[in-house]
Amino acid sequence: MMLDPLNLAGSAIFLLFAMAFLAMFLTGRQRLLNTLSFIAAAAASLAATAAGVWVVGSNIAIQAVMSIGLPDLPFHLRLDPLAGFFMTVVGLLSFIVSVYSLGYVKGIARQRPITRLVIFYALFLAGMFMVILADDALFFLISWEVMAAASYFLVFFEDERVENRRASFLYMVVAHVGAIAILLSFGVMSGLATGFEGFHGYTFDAMRQAQFPSAWATAAFLLAFVGFGAKAGVIPLHVWLPEAHPVAPSNVSALMSGVMLKTAIYGIVRVTFDLIRVFPWWWGTVVLVFGLISAVMGVLYALMQHDLKRLLAYHSVENIGIILIGIGLAMIFRSFNFPLLAALALTAGLYHTLNHAIFKGLLFMGAGSVLHATGERNMEEMGGLIRYMPWTAALFLVGCIAISGLPPFNGFVSEWLTFQAFLLSPSLPSPLMKLLIPMGAALLALTAALAAACFVKAFGVTFLGHWRGHHTPHIHEADWFMRVGMIMAAALCLCFGILPTLVIDWMDTVSGQLVGTRIGESAGAFGWMWLTPVARERASYSGPLVFLVTLSVIVIAYLLLHVRAGSIKRVPLWDCGFEKVTPRMQYTATAFSMPIRRIFGFLFSIREQVRLNPQAPHRAFPRRMHYYLRIRDRFWNWLYKPIVDISFWISRTAGRLQQGRIQAYLIYSFVTIIVLLIFMR
Amino acid sequence: MNLHMASQINSFLAALVLLTAFGMLVQKRIYGLIHLFAWQGFFLSLNTAVVGFVANKHHLYISSVLTLSLKVVVLPYILHVLINRLRIRKEVETVVNIPMTMMIGIALVIFSYHLTAPIRELSTLITRSTLAVALATVMLGLLMMITRRHAVTQIIGFLALENGLFFAATSATYGMPLVVELGVALDVLIAAFIFGIFFFHIHTTFDSLDVEQMAKLKESD
Repeated sequence: MMLDPLNLAGSAIFLLFAMAFLAMFLTGRQRLLNTLSFIAAAAASLAATAAGVWVVGSNIAIQAVMSIGLPDLPFHLRLDPLAGFFMTVVGLLSFIVSVYSLGYVKGIARQRPITRLVIFYALFLAGMFMVILADDALFFLISWEVMAAASYFLVFFEDERVENRRASFLYMVVAHVGAIAILLSFGVMSGLATGFEGFHGYTFDAMRQAQFPSAWATAAFLLAFVGFGAKAGVIPLHVWLPEAHPVAPSNVSALMSGVMLKTAIYGIVRVTFDLIRVFPWWWGTVVLVFGLISAVMGVLYALMQHDLKRLLAYHSVENIGIILIGIGLAMIFRSFNFPLLAALALTAGLYHTLNHAIFKGLLFMGAGSVLHATGERNMEEMGGLIRYMPWTAALFLVGCIAISGLPPFNGFVSEWLTFQAFLLSPSLPSPLMKLLIPMGAALLALTAALAAACFVKAFGVTFLGHWRGHHTPHIHEADWFMRVGMIMAAALCLCFGILPTLVIDWMDTVSGQLVGTRIGESAGAFGWMWLTPVARERASYSGPLVFLVTLSVIVIAYLLLHVRAGSIKRVPLWDCGFEKVTPRMQYTATAFSMPIRRIFGFLFSIREQVRLNPQAPHRAFPRRMHYYLRIRDRFWNWLYKPIVDISFWISRTAGRLQQGRIQAYLIYSFVTIIVLLIFMR
Repeated sequence: MNLHMASQINSFLAALVLLTAFGMLVQKRIYGLIHLFAWQGFFLSLNTAVVGFVANKHHLYISSVLTLSLKVVVLPYILHVLINRLRIRKEVETVVNIPMTMMIGIALVIFSYHLTAPIRELSTLITRSTLAVALATVMLGLLMMITRRHAVTQIIGFLALENGLFFAATSATYGMPLVVELGVALDVLIAAFIFGIFFFHIHTTFDSLDVEQMAKLKESD
């Protein structure tokens, strides 16, 4: 067998399935199971990454037909630059997380059997790889469901708690509604590909060759956008995300948030740019508007959270929004026929996909280490962790800087590229777009600023100050496997941040495949030092230079503070004469986000109460005060509650048919027969 | 026996079948019901034999004998045994009162005639006029199942319904193929056995064969 990328990726998937199978026989030996399975998962992910890098780098497309599946409907596989790019994204983070899991799952294994976790972890990874490899609707949907089902069981892993069961149920419902929309979308496309005769339109090749009437194409696109949007967590279909991600084991949340959402992005790009190909500009506007809403609302909701993992989950909504902004812009530019700008916007979106996978993986791994060490997810109970866990704190800080879009890390580069796509856009021949482009740029800037504020809060409250809890638990630093996982992710954040030209040069084949133009030549025109998206006069950024300057500032500051003895003094805190300063008096996460809550309060449903204890002798001398704050997603009341109520009403009404009396049932059939005889004779 | 004569006999027997069907609808005592059911089976078997003779279809004789043995002898016997075992002495209770049931039954018969009018015009069989009666018998059987509360009467209603179907088959197409008829006969027999078993279970569970009791099984919310 000749070694080609598709074989490599196929053997990775095979290895994962083999591992899932083998795990059933190793239940008795949990430690061996842990070591063996995550090493296998890491190896498989590495192979998949290699396959992806190879395909994108050499700009080839390999196809294969597997003669399994339904009779006469074999599975088609295809690895082209787009698939290769997402293969790399998924593989890279899966590798890092698998290494991390070697340490993290060992901790779980002390409390409960991990066989279930291992099996579904392997199936989950295999499902994601298969989704990306699939080249026909049937195989795609099967893989999609394997991925969804496996992740459902992973969310369900710690099933003794009610909120976990509720979250996984909600996740499954939304995933199924999304899958139905995707199924219908593929149904429309494959039906039109053969003119609704025969089943052979189910391959993506047949869809690529078909010409879709514009109304049907719009239906297919909107269905696909709803379906993939539900998976990606696009507002208002995001409700499952902040429920499911926090309750899954942290290595799984890292994968779900980091790469599973990206398969939905892959689906959107694949359907619009590759399968439908010709589309009107307003499709791009739809994607752009939903991207903007998700970005701004996602970050605002994130700011209100004080559960660390929930906060990160809402940030996934925000980042999916930013990615969709890039993709929406690319769609707009492409339909207005600005190929270079389309390539730029697409590259920005895809680059952010890669970056978000890495830094969100890093942040979730960091949150996992904190959870592992303290058993606590609520930030208000934590604090001062930098002294107990310096490694985790430093690496988490890298993730925070990257996600806030600050140089020299990778988040900056992709957000900057998205900005460039906004700012370089010429005046488009549509009044709506003239309005939307500057507004979008402003909202993106707002998002970036709010994200920075949010991570100041997340890092500051969790790692700085003093421990807020009533009793200090035994806090320990993460073990070496977990540290190595996080170090790799942090290193990649830095590499993608300071060497964007090399990455863009590598991934340029994707935009070459999808929009027919590359930006590599203009982006790297001034060597690897300078990233110049379109032209040097317009905008340029040098990652290495910024990195060196930042580094030298840090070094100089460190030297100035530490070389001279006595320039740092540790003294007791001035307590304003109050004398009883406790750690509970520190600045809290709720307090930090209060100004923003006041400004954007109309977007949330907030209930805030301050209650005095009635036993106090007088209002002026309160013994104890209760502060109650509940912030809820408005979308739940606006969109989901009516649907839930209506379905309950329908089932109750239909339930009245069931009388429990045989006569009633006989009357139903009797009346049916009579009616049919009258009207159908 | 000329065709006219045969047609007259056929119609006469159909009228008797319909009469027994109405009889079952109004009969309150359970033994009376079983006797009426046996009579209906007897008329049916006679009718099948006549049709078989006129149409020169010999397999109809087998059907006729089958009907005679099953519906006139075996099933009434099984029901008798059941009733004795379960000591059912009570008179049959109805949900709707008897005159009302009769009115509905008459309406159904008229409806059946109205329904089969186009078929009567098109068909050339001598039995064509009895198709309406067959349909009416089916509906009266169903009506009986609806209006009675006792499990045994419901079963008799079901068997009467089956009689109607058989009658319809004979009068519409001179009977179904023999294999099908054998199969149906076997089904009815097995159904009777299963009903018997269920009666015992219902009786032991609810201490009654009143199907209204089964409403207790429904989950209430």
